[in-house]
Amino acid sequence: MTTFTERFRVPGAFLLGAVLLLGVAPLALSDFRLSLLAKYLCYAIVAVGVSLAWGRGGLMVLGQGVFFGLGGYAMAMHLKLTDAAATGEKLPDFMQLYGTSDALPWWWKPFANPAFALAMTVLLPMAVAAVLGFFVFRRRVKGAYFAILSQALAAALSIWLIGQQATTGGTNGLTDIQGFFGYSLDDPVNQRMVYFIIAAVLLLLMALARRLFVSRYGELLIAVRDSEERVRFLGYDPANVKLVAYVVAAGMAGLAGALFVPAVGIISPALIGIVPSIGFVIGAAVGGRASLVGAVLGAVAVAWAQSTLSDEFPAAWTYLQGLLFVLAVGFLPGGLASLGAVLRRRRTPTARKTEPVAVTAGETA
Amino acid sequence: MTVVLSQTFTGISIGAVLLLIALGLTLTFGQMGVINMAHGEFIMAGAYTTYVLQKSISSAGVSLLVALPLAFLVAGAMGALLEWLLIRRLYTRPLDTLLVTWGVSLMLQQLARDVFGAPNVQTAAPDILTGNISAGGVTFANNRLFILGLALLCVLGLTLVLRFTPLGRRIRAVVQNRDLAEVSGIATGRVDRITFFIGSGLAGVAGVALTLVGPIGPTMGTNYIVDAFLVVVVGGIGQLKGSVITAFALGVLQSVLEYSTTVSVAKVAVLVAIVAFLQWRPQGLYTLRTRSLA
Amino acid sequence: MSGEGLTVRDLRVTFDGFTAVDGVDLDIHPGDLRFLIGPNGAGKTTLVDAVTGLVKATGSVRFGGEELLGKAVHRIARLGIGRTFQTATVFEELTVLQNLDIAAGAGRGPLTLLRRRKSVPESVTRALETTGLTDLRDRPAGVLAHGQKQWLEIGMLLVQDVRLLLLDEPVAGMSHEEREATGELLQRVSADRTVVVIEHDMDFMRSFARSVSVLHAGKVLSEGTVAEVQADAKVQEVYLGRAAEPEPAPAVPVAEEA
Repeated sequence: MTTFTERFRVPGAFLLGAVLLLGVAPLALSDFRLSLLAKYLCYAIVAVGVSLAWGRGGLMVLGQGVFFGLGGYAMAMHLKLTDAAATGEKLPDFMQLYGTSDALPWWWKPFANPAFALAMTVLLPMAVAAVLGFFVFRRRVKGAYFAILSQALAAALSIWLIGQQATTGGTNGLTDIQGFFGYSLDDPVNQRMVYFIIAAVLLLLMALARRLFVSRYGELLIAVRDSEERVRFLGYDPANVKLVAYVVAAGMAGLAGALFVPAVGIISPALIGIVPSIGFVIGAAVGGRASLVGAVLGAVAVAWAQSTLSDEFPAAWTYLQGLLFVLAVGFLPGGLASLGAVLRRRRTPTARKTEPVAVTAGETA
Repeated sequence: MTVVLSQTFTGISIGAVLLLIALGLTLTFGQMGVINMAHGEFIMAGAYTTYVLQKSISSAGVSLLVALPLAFLVAGAMGALLEWLLIRRLYTRPLDTLLVTWGVSLMLQQLARDVFGAPNVQTAAPDILTGNISAGGVTFANNRLFILGLALLCVLGLTLVLRFTPLGRRIRAVVQNRDLAEVSGIATGRVDRITFFIGSGLAGVAGVALTLVGPIGPTMGTNYIVDAFLVVVVGGIGQLKGSVITAFALGVLQSVLEYSTTVSVAKVAVLVAIVAFLQWRPQGLYTLRTRSLA
Repeated sequence: MSGEGLTVRDLRVTFDGFTAVDGVDLDIHPGDLRFLIGPNGAGKTTLVDAVTGLVKATGSVRFGGEELLGKAVHRIARLGIGRTFQTATVFEELTVLQNLDIAAGAGRGPLTLLRRRKSVPESVTRALETTGLTDLRDRPAGVLAHGQKQWLEIGMLLVQDVRLLLLDEPVAGMSHEEREATGELLQRVSADRTVVVIEHDMDFMRSFARSVSVLHAGKVLSEGTVAEVQADAKVQEVYLGRAAEPEPAPAVPVAEEA
């Protein structure tokens, strides 16, 4: 039943993506542009999780900044500690400036261990998501309530971080990160290495997400999104189904935050509050929330437009951005990925009935 | 004792601001189920209305009094326009409404920046509101008392409108059973627009009040909006009294926690308290069966 | 034999002071095809809601010896009790096959869930055949005709291997042929399961019911075979307000407020 093109469409597209990201981009782009791309790809990693939780699971994850931030801070804390150790200091630079004591806070200490810090970049966000998700989904808090709660979480974390000037760097965040596991980040060669790591992680996570999408779990997730009550009558507990998607998405956001730190050299509350958290969702919405490739391309495109246009035309860009949200979300809920399907339906009005919603289950990659 | 009293008063005045902002949301979010992220920008519109008025009317007292109804109209008109242009097309997709109105909110912020400039501006408060009243060793700031009074007045007004006017009956009818209301001859689309007008107008009034306690700026709405939504979530959908109780409770909780810890820790603790509360009452303090929220 | 039956004792459901189900006793034996009829507001759907855990109730509901009241919805479902709703709820974006596969898999472990479906489970194939949907298995459920959606729902209950099916107006809005086909399907299904059908369509009830319970104002008014119930003066009174002709059907099936 599966034709040749169907069988090889997905692996083919994956291979093409790999060639573009790992082969063409590093050759074609300058060091500067490549490091920008590395940053956009971090947002794309978040979008992979958003696509899973929101696109497939219908969970409006408006607090991904929290998980991005937890991953980012876990990584940055480790790097700050190794930076300090490399120059023979006992404390990271900002603590010497603002700190009240000359001892390292107890909760910083384990992050000196690279394995612990790396594990925490993923486990910490997942644990927070698991606890929050458990309580929230168990009581069937959903829809708008869930969206607002996750938004409040993002606000709370960023406010808390700002308040802890002495131990988290406050508003400035953790800045001026020099080294990455012994490699100096000033060296363009090492910056390229960071890019390759990020691109590889993105590809890997896309493959993982794609597996989840086509698995039985993926089908179940759509079923929960569309009719949670019905799923309950089939003998499943939808809370668990949602929890898995939420926790996995959180882990991905955490990893993205961790990789963002060596790529950009900073993590700060401004990157994880309400506004950036909505930003994580917008890219996926514009590209197509339920389509993996759509969400990833959307995230990269929006991030690219943001940094390119906002410098030159800050006012015009803000209007454009607002308009983009309104048009894409309001009138093209499947995102740009569904544009083809929408146009096709326009041309053949009879086909309209056969596709009740722009996003169809079969459209996975 | 005085510490307790003064912290409680601080809490109540935080609560009054929250209540004023959340009041409009009890209509648009609570009654209609719309998550309007541009609500914060309607607050901003109300604040800038005060600012503009004060440039033409030199007496701060007069301009404040004129600003209250005018801000209501300006913000209300913006809300009705938004409802007509966008939101009515999205009633079946409440979560998408959130993102769409976020886009609108970005544009309105930029508009404010283009018209009034990016830096914050200030208005002068009328003399009568700059002083304090001392009683029992506790100092009550006049502007805080004014806001408290204004919030209660708005609650009273809204209650009266919802309960005793034909318009109020229509609004409640549409909320409780849209289809039935429609076949009973109620123009539900118009009722939606008027509900939105009032809800957004109240945001404008809140904006006027905020000029008394802080600066006016393009992003002033964003600072309050999530807290205000939380008030409605905890208070319960479609119930005014829930929001009133919640606003004051959260205000007092916040101020007590701030006193014993720090502002930022208090923020986190309040959120934890809210999640814990929703474990106990997932539908909020008071519930009314309304259009489902997805 | 008797272990798998549904036993309801003194079931009561109250909403804000209004008693929707008021002390209902029911005994439904395995292999029965029981119809629940009654005027609007009689409490039929609420009864089913209570049995499936959707609303809180007092009294006792036992199935196969196990008490159901107080259990979570998905736990009750895992005991082998399945239901349909007045409006067919299938997962519209998933295909017929995917719908059935999800229904078949409530007991699946995480590892099976995380893998792709390699082959069609035996029970799904059988359900496709029983419901006559084999040719449509790769279509999204959203495009099915109304009747086909109802059959898919029944098919989902079959692969779930439920012992007790609770169907809420399964033939509402169906054509005559579809009704006949549904009735035959129910008779086949009830051969080795217990089936309870809420119905307004009296012709359908007369053709296919093995036993009937009439509910009125939250109470069981009459119980027995179709003929016994039709002969019951109380039933005639409830339906027509007077003792009258043996045609007690409301002309149009009306959706009932829960």
